[in-house]
Amino acid sequence: MAQQMTGAKMVIQALLDQGVDTVFGYPGGAVLPIYDEIFKEKKIRHILVRHEQGATHAAEGYARSTGKPGVVLVTSGPGATNAVTGMTDALLDSVPLVVLTGQVPTFMIGSDAFQEADTVGITRPCTKHNWLVKDTNELSDILHQAFHIATNGRPGPVLIDIPKDVQFASGDYTKKDDARLHHYAPAKVGDEAAITALVELMETAQKPVFYTGGGVINSGVEACETLRALVRETNFPITSTLMGLGSYPASGEHWIGMLGMHGTYEANLTMHDCDLMINIGARFDDRITGVIDKFSPNSEKVHIDIDPSSINKVIHVDVPILGDVGTVLEQAITIWRARGSRTNATAVKTWWDQINKWRAVKCLSYEQSDKIIKPQYALERLEALTKDHPNRFITTEVGQHQMWAAQYLGFEDPKRWMTSGGLGTMGYGLPASVGVQVAHPDGLVINVAGEASWLMNMQEMGTCTQYNLPTKQFILNNERLGMVRQWQELLHGERYSQSWSEALPDFVKLAEAFGGKGIQVSDPADLDEAIMEMITYDGPVIFDCLVEKHENCLPMIPSGKAHNQMILSSSSTKDAIDADGAVMV
Amino acid sequence: MNALHLKKGSSRKSAYNLRSTLGDAIETHTLAILVDNEVGVLARVIGLFSGRGYNIESLTVAETNHTEGLSRITVVTTGTPSIIEQIKSQLGRLVPVHDVHDLTVEGPSVERELAMIKVVGKGDNRVEALRTSEVFRANVVDSTLESFVFELTGTPEKIDAFVELMRPLGLIDVARTGVAAISRGG
Repeated sequence: MAQQMTGAKMVIQALLDQGVDTVFGYPGGAVLPIYDEIFKEKKIRHILVRHEQGATHAAEGYARSTGKPGVVLVTSGPGATNAVTGMTDALLDSVPLVVLTGQVPTFMIGSDAFQEADTVGITRPCTKHNWLVKDTNELSDILHQAFHIATNGRPGPVLIDIPKDVQFASGDYTKKDDARLHHYAPAKVGDEAAITALVELMETAQKPVFYTGGGVINSGVEACETLRALVRETNFPITSTLMGLGSYPASGEHWIGMLGMHGTYEANLTMHDCDLMINIGARFDDRITGVIDKFSPNSEKVHIDIDPSSINKVIHVDVPILGDVGTVLEQAITIWRARGSRTNATAVKTWWDQINKWRAVKCLSYEQSDKIIKPQYALERLEALTKDHPNRFITTEVGQHQMWAAQYLGFEDPKRWMTSGGLGTMGYGLPASVGVQVAHPDGLVINVAGEASWLMNMQEMGTCTQYNLPTKQFILNNERLGMVRQWQELLHGERYSQSWSEALPDFVKLAEAFGGKGIQVSDPADLDEAIMEMITYDGPVIFDCLVEKHENCLPMIPSGKAHNQMILSSSSTKDAIDADGAVMV
Repeated sequence: MNALHLKKGSSRKSAYNLRSTLGDAIETHTLAILVDNEVGVLARVIGLFSGRGYNIESLTVAETNHTEGLSRITVVTTGTPSIIEQIKSQLGRLVPVHDVHDLTVEGPSVERELAMIKVVGKGDNRVEALRTSEVFRANVVDSTLESFVFELTGTPEKIDAFVELMRPLGLIDVARTGVAAISRGG
């Protein structure tokens, strides 16, 4: 006999059955019955954000730092539309989110009712799947399906739109184990023949490289362990996308740095010149490939991915392997060991000699100053003073500071680096740091930010104060939209159209107004002490680091160019991008 | 290297039935998409085509399995081989999609479309229209002293040909269902 309960209670019951302990949300008319249950049950921790976009990014931070799905609860109409950016962000970066939205009662749908929006229509292209629930008897089944779909296969955001009358009405509660999980069961195990083909290539390759992405981290800690074993035993170099940082430790001897538009010289040249590219859970994003026709022209390409639509979407690969990254790596290492753990060791040694020559270029060096803080220096010091913290988490906003953070901070473990990669969402970092700190109360959570991005969701400072979340807002303040300015310098004749920050707030006073601590620093000599003050302060901090205003983020593959045509230093930026490259973003 | 001699299957289950994706000639393919007949499923499929810039030449949809609530969507689309493969795997990724069959590459198939064609005229034109309809094995489903409505089933090319012949004879309206297709044999 199925248990009877109201739709609102079903929501709470299903969340509890799914092991959810935290929800990020904002109440409103169409979700009041669910908020009433939260009030009565007291079993779910609700984090009241200041804006629904903040709720989605906080849930993303929570999900990416724990591996569990993030849960969002918002109201109809503007509540749902405000959550759209966060869902799109989660879709592009494969973050599991379950978003619950209130909706006007079923009998008013379509009447342009107050706070009515076609939420499932609006969010269809920015979710992995979504539902409008019109019958309370269907609700709990759909809730369980939602968690299944969000977390299985390639993870992503799902949305359930629940009309208010469905929340009030009573119906049968379907238990988690009785839910119809559809036919949705992406294959995890890779094809043996294809994996054997990969192993054969590994045995003979002269210039191999592992190119890893966020899929390794999404696959889980075991996948990262298997990857590390494979790298250690094969002696192959490894690079990673922005999303995959931490799957292989930055201190590891085979690590050649991040690749792509702002990747290292050695990583990009290794990709360009390799004869075997093993793509593990990455998707040949345009930030990675540069111009397609010139991308790694002489390599055999292997691609391991759980999403068939990622394979051969951008780059034609020679060996496609469909499956879960961790499972496939386990299969690959087993076959490779069984065949004698062979590689072309002599050739790989020569390959390393070449890579080490590229490394010697020291592409991340920059001109130091004793008068003004260089953003790179600020991050080098932040790294030096925080890297030994056992529980350090970094989030970022989007722009130059984000790329510098990826270049100058080292990640030893997965799930320690939360950044908006695919969508490039300014305003992501502060709310994401909220979600990370909620999940890791003892963690040192630092949001590396630019002042312009940070202002986009600065209201979430209030959330930090309310829940005593001691996040550190590390703002590299150049009073510019730094990346926009850099592109205007390179592409638009230094015509800096609208790319500076005027009328900035006093960040120290702003911190105090929100009930946190503000620190401003402008002299390189004071930097270390200021960073230590930030770390040791028990509470949220806004760290206003005044940095060089016109520093360019380098190295850089100019748009329209190949990996072996990187700009290395500021002296070589003139006319770096031609007309064909200028049309690309 | 050509290491993969893997069994071909429907694209939803396997990434290995890749035909050469390097050609850049535009091809026309007929896809049969089996979906849960649930609210919004057609919007999902159509939205995928418009959102990713794919073409739809023809589209038909109806529930075909009432007990399991499955609908069959038949789409005729055009694109380079790599685009066609991408369309299939993007469709396969939609949660309510059970299977995607590319009838153009999965062996012989039959395609049919139904059209109703209204022709208005008197005298010789009227006689000629009726005579031509017999050649095409069209049925007259409505007639007045000055008009016919012909019902014609066949390939899209056959319907095109008939419509062109009717044009000078007083064609005023055409309704077409779009293509329904199914594989031949068991």
